[in-house]
Amino acid sequence: MTRANTTLPEILSALFPEGHSVTVEDGLVSGEGPFRGGRLAVIGIDGDTALGVDGACRLAADVLDVVRRGDGTPILVAIDSDSQRMSRRDELLGLNEYLAHLAKTLLLADAHGHPTVGLIYGHSAAGAFIATALATRVLVGLPGANPSVMDLPSVARVTKLPLDRLEAMAKDTPVFAPGLDNMVRTGAVEAVLDPDRPLAEQIAAVIDALPVEDTRDRAGRERGGRPVAETIAAQVIRDMRLG
Amino acid sequence: MSERIIDPASKGWATSWYEASARARIDGLLDAGSFREVIGPEQRRMSPHLPLFDLPRAFDDGMIVGSGRLDGKAVLVAAQEGRFMGGAFGEVHGAKLVGLLRAALVLKPEAVLILFDTGGVRLQEANAGETAIAEVMRAITQVRSAGVPVIGLIGGRAGAYGGGGLIAATCSRLVVSEGGRISVSGPEVIETNKGAEEFDSRDRALVWRTMGGKHRRLTGGADAYADDTVQAFRRAALDLIGRAPAFDLATLEAEQKRLEERMARFGDCRDATEIWGRLGVNDPEAVPALTTAAFETLLASLGETTHDAR
Amino acid sequence: MEKLSFRHATSRALPGAKAQAITGVVASGNLEVLLERALAPTECSVEIETPIRGYGEVWAAVVADFVARAQPGGLRITINDGGARPDTVSLRLLQGARLMEV
Repeated sequence: MTRANTTLPEILSALFPEGHSVTVEDGLVSGEGPFRGGRLAVIGIDGDTALGVDGACRLAADVLDVVRRGDGTPILVAIDSDSQRMSRRDELLGLNEYLAHLAKTLLLADAHGHPTVGLIYGHSAAGAFIATALATRVLVGLPGANPSVMDLPSVARVTKLPLDRLEAMAKDTPVFAPGLDNMVRTGAVEAVLDPDRPLAEQIAAVIDALPVEDTRDRAGRERGGRPVAETIAAQVIRDMRLG
Repeated sequence: MSERIIDPASKGWATSWYEASARARIDGLLDAGSFREVIGPEQRRMSPHLPLFDLPRAFDDGMIVGSGRLDGKAVLVAAQEGRFMGGAFGEVHGAKLVGLLRAALVLKPEAVLILFDTGGVRLQEANAGETAIAEVMRAITQVRSAGVPVIGLIGGRAGAYGGGGLIAATCSRLVVSEGGRISVSGPEVIETNKGAEEFDSRDRALVWRTMGGKHRRLTGGADAYADDTVQAFRRAALDLIGRAPAFDLATLEAEQKRLEERMARFGDCRDATEIWGRLGVNDPEAVPALTTAAFETLLASLGETTHDAR
Repeated sequence: MEKLSFRHATSRALPGAKAQAITGVVASGNLEVLLERALAPTECSVEIETPIRGYGEVWAAVVADFVARAQPGGLRITINDGGARPDTVSLRLLQGARLMEV
């Protein structure tokens, strides 16, 4: 990737040319700005920050505030995070509950008529990715973003395969290799936005075209990154109904 | 349709949940002979990706899904086989669970039961596994919104780690046994990334105290504690189906409050025993060795571990 | 992965009417065996996928011994091997045949 990543301030000024109330504290993004005659709420993680119990709880509270207002305000989930915070304290306190809670608030917001859009502009991984960007109705990315489950050297360690062989396999096997393009091919990321076009328009277009159902497995088949998932899920439903 | 397949490890209700195979757990959990599997092993819907890594495949990709009856109630069931690839989510494995949950939206069973046994995402199919976990979580909230309880049962050798831990906490209710661990980062992952001073993965007592069934039950991370038998899990699952919280704003507001309170109350604790002490446990050091009966008595005496906030 | 395939004639059909059974699990040192009543009554086939290469003769001997002992006529047997020792393979095959005789 030759071009520099888009930064959060660049994203916010592109979305809200008239100004906004979005703040970043301890890497946690929260606030809103005027958008298409209404508002757009923003939550997120900036600066490659790991997501722990405290951060997940604060972001979830912000989402619930939006849901409580009940005016259909869309929610943008802007992500440049590390993975989940790996610590004894986080696990002692039940990090799985905090991360799932954050994801559930986003899923509830969606069910209550708040369009939820994920925007990955930097890194994200593992539990932090699942709890945030992947819990939105539709996830888009900016060029240079780098979502991953695990980096290749770590994959090499766990799978006991040589790194050079993994790197070679990664070129034509999107199902396991890190990176935005592979997440697009898997169907997790719906589209990559054009940094040279106005961002607000593109986000508005994404909101206007929200898929009604979860179409990630269909996209995965069409794009070749997840060749069988859609067929398998559909067959389970069909065979169950034949009961 | 395929006939019911029986594993010889199934010896009846006293079978250890921890030791049993996924198929044996289903056989013992449901009413005898009621399980009907879909996409059974004879269909050979195996992973299209593992051969690239020169790894053996399983006929069911480590995920068994189907329908059956639990004390007469129509239920849909999914079970992970923790011994195959650590029960990890790959493409087929995850898609079978996604399909089951989507089928539940149509069929409206009396409950969906998920028998967890997973280390999280299968690295060889990481992107597919991660995306499937996100699909599963969305589908669970839809199933719950439709009024169908989703009950998680956790007591297998692989526990419920990584994305499996997140899926678990998305369920309406959770049953856990002593051997069931629920967590996001596993002990080895924390140690590898942050050092043995942060988490000594060889300290098994520390692992059980921090991530094990008793700690999760005491702090509200699970709703029922079961003996390590198929019978105990069956009884607990039946009980929980009848009292599952709705998936709505009130429930999530209550969960928000519950999780904030937990952080405020225990956020400075270094060890689970400190948390148990603050909960009112007189002899925290004795908790790991308590029998199920003694542990239930302890829970009853604390009187604040049950909630409708998940 | 190495794929092996064996075909044997038997003196009789395996008793019982069970259509299929599965036993074992794919894990280190273990294997899963899927048995289906899918062939003519005096035929038996065994297909194997294993990550351990170069043991074709050992597999051939284990399978031949099993066929001689169990006379599993009519069965199509498919194995996913996780690197099991020959005695484990024999045990699982006999276990599988017993399940089919129910």
